[in-house]
Amino acid sequence: MRKTCLDMVHELAKRDERVVFVGSDLSPGLLDGMRQEMPDRWYMEGVSEANLIGLAAGLAMEGYIPYVNTIATFITRRCYEQVAVDLCLHELPVRLIGNGGGLVYAPLGPTHMAVEDIALMRALPRMTVVAPSDAEEMRRFMSVTPDWPGPLYIRLGKGGDPVIEELDRDFRIGRAIALDEPSDVALIATGVMTGRARDAAALLRRQGVSAGVCHLHTVKPLDEEAVLGLARRARLLVTVEEHSLIGGLGSAVTELLVDRLEGVLPAILRLGLPDSFTSDYGSQDSLLEQFGLQPPQIAERVAAAHARLAAAA
Amino acid sequence: MATSPLAEAAQTAPLDERSRALRRLVVRALVGGGRGHVGPALSLIEILRVLYDEVLRLRPEQPDWPERDRCILSKGHGCLALYALLADKGFFPQSELDTFCRSGALLGGHPEHKVPGVEASTGSLGHGLSIGVGMALAARMQGRDSRVFVVTGDGEIDEGSVWEAALSAAKHRLSNLTILVDYNKLQSAGLVSEILDLEPLLDKWQAFGFAAREVNGHDVASLGSVLAELPFEADRPSALICHTVKGKGLPVAEGVATWHHKSRLKDEELASIEAAIGSLETTLEGVG
Repeated sequence: MRKTCLDMVHELAKRDERVVFVGSDLSPGLLDGMRQEMPDRWYMEGVSEANLIGLAAGLAMEGYIPYVNTIATFITRRCYEQVAVDLCLHELPVRLIGNGGGLVYAPLGPTHMAVEDIALMRALPRMTVVAPSDAEEMRRFMSVTPDWPGPLYIRLGKGGDPVIEELDRDFRIGRAIALDEPSDVALIATGVMTGRARDAAALLRRQGVSAGVCHLHTVKPLDEEAVLGLARRARLLVTVEEHSLIGGLGSAVTELLVDRLEGVLPAILRLGLPDSFTSDYGSQDSLLEQFGLQPPQIAERVAAAHARLAAAA
Repeated sequence: MATSPLAEAAQTAPLDERSRALRRLVVRALVGGGRGHVGPALSLIEILRVLYDEVLRLRPEQPDWPERDRCILSKGHGCLALYALLADKGFFPQSELDTFCRSGALLGGHPEHKVPGVEASTGSLGHGLSIGVGMALAARMQGRDSRVFVVTGDGEIDEGSVWEAALSAAKHRLSNLTILVDYNKLQSAGLVSEILDLEPLLDKWQAFGFAAREVNGHDVASLGSVLAELPFEADRPSALICHTVKGKGLPVAEGVATWHHKSRLKDEELASIEAAIGSLETTLEGVG
């Protein structure tokens, strides 16, 4: 996904002379082709995130569309004020590409774990937040980014994430993609968790539970009508995210339902990460398992909630 | 408090009628809004005056003219001085000063890019130089000969982001970029030399790859002649340390930390101000 995303920056730069790359201190040889082909639109500015964002803002004020890339924790936490003031307040078309959203950097410990990046970014006015599910969706998404107005945060997964064929359709920022017909249990997921939610839904269906998945690649602006539609039809709404339960997808969905849904709210189950720093290493998959976010665990937790609902009915 | 001949000269520098008239505009807004950052604006007046009168290539009737020079007031809390100059140049009517900071006003307590002539919204410190680096790079990429000027405070450059930007400016040899430091020696909490000393400041900018000079920041002629020599070196960004006095021109405010921000002027303070710079009833019209 990361390679596709960066390759697309080069592709976009070939098509659109406004596109510029701004990196911090990334892998040697990164986007070398672009660097050689268009050296005046390729910047590697060092471990200086605040400057990266301000510099990108200055370029964007002059008509460029900078794609800024570094590790997700650094591009969100380290320069939060520059993102808020330089980018959002000025409503500039700067794209922030955050490597390793969620638990991707498991072996590197809590300093590198971007588990509140979505919360931070979606709290900012005018910011758009997108977490594609796989490399193919990343390609479709990136092709529509140059003309999107205002700043954009792009959450990258680990890479090699399974491609979800059902998502192969026109990508529109802010438009949810339903993988299934409306169901008794609606799972809403973002980023690489959509694949796991899909697998969990298949397990649930085998158990006789009517379950479907909706992919919300764009957490902000939320596709409100899609979410409200699911909420009106489903008995149980489940959000699934590789993110803190504070401020992420589950929060966004719940806030919308509380504010907008007229009538009775469906039961809501929010699956995500607890309010804590990670204390273990291993891999993204092993940490997801520890937090109960692998498909069998998701299915089990949803089935239990569904059973409780049935018992209470 | 003076630490160098230029700093001493700044303290005794006389102000001519145009400098006093610009200060009257600052006080007009201060009175209109009932509040404002007084000291940080008054140390800036001559710096901005010379930039806007003699240096910047601008079209007030076309604020977004692509070929213009860019001037970012990174020390956004000095906005009263910027507003005085922009009003004086006709970017907006002087009457806008009278509603400073009020509900529905054009002009707020920090500059915003919606205001004609304001390049970037500032207020949080340490942002302007990075934006300026991006603008200067863009000018080079687009083949424009526009220059970029960033005006910072002294307390402001406590921020690490300023020095990140300085490294970047030097790396790219941005000779079209100039930083002007309003070195009034007084930050909000007290003396810069006590809160977080910047000295040797000229050496720091030179060490960061800038061609650096210093000047009496209230001496209009000296400012004009040194800025006429930009870039100070052909392939480096320029830094100009402007020795100034916080609150310059208002005897009650000069070098007084409590005048960093004022929310209400007493009658005797207003009388003393008018004694120093003239009646606020006097407008700038016809003063050049």
